[in-house]
Amino acid sequence: MSDLLLRFFIGGAIVSLFALVGDLFTPKSFGGLFGAAPSVALATLGLTLLKEGRAYTALECRSMIIGAIALFFYAVLVSWLLMRRRIPALRATLFAMPLWFIVALGGWELLR
Amino acid sequence: MIIKASASTLRRTRWHQYAVRFFFGGAITAIAGLIAKHYGPELGGLFLAFPAIFPAAATLAQQHEEEKKKEKGLPGKPRGILVAGAEANGTALGSIALAAFAVLFWLTVPQINIALLFPLSIVLWLAVAIAAWFLRKRIHLFHRPRRTTAGAPV
Repeated sequence: MSDLLLRFFIGGAIVSLFALVGDLFTPKSFGGLFGAAPSVALATLGLTLLKEGRAYTALECRSMIIGAIALFFYAVLVSWLLMRRRIPALRATLFAMPLWFIVALGGWELLR
Repeated sequence: MIIKASASTLRRTRWHQYAVRFFFGGAITAIAGLIAKHYGPELGGLFLAFPAIFPAAATLAQQHEEEKKKEKGLPGKPRGILVAGAEANGTALGSIALAAFAVLFWLTVPQINIALLFPLSIVLWLAVAIAAWFLRKRIHLFHRPRRTTAGAPV
């Protein structure tokens, strides 16, 4: 439980920090880079290295590559929904969410 | 296009909007840890690149732009959606850098000094993200808005 709480607070702090930095910049396409900052990874990998060791961490990072590819396709779909279909942001980002799961879990299944 | 840093967006952000991002960021970090613990690091690792706060961030970008336009007596919604779209373009470019970050970590974590790996991987992420952002205009990678009266480029 204490490990989960620690992850929650460290994760929340690092994600908020990167989001804050992203908010500072214009144009928003530049600020958007920080939407894909390695914030959750930084919060997780440090703790994982301490508790589980290097080999375990390397396995997590290999899967993270697939997650990042899924994020790419997700963000491209969201961009299309917003720029071309003019769907409001909350609806577009939630509507596209299954694509992240399909690409991430599909890629994971293929490479396993 | 000139990159500018301004604190005006921070002033527009309300405390509950910061809290939402903190909560979702913290929650996905904890959930990724739980998944790795119960189903193994291969599955848990996927969630290190999950777009947990992206819906909140894009909505915030849209709302802030709408507010700015409304203050000038203009309809803000079309422009707000375009700004959120521009943010999504940036996130797609950032995800290329995120993959580079993960590749570096994956290949080097078994042997490299950890104190060196963290700063090195952050610098790599930033360098790839910025390079991709500057290159994107040359290769026309992403969606552009159709002709619009919503305003200047985002």
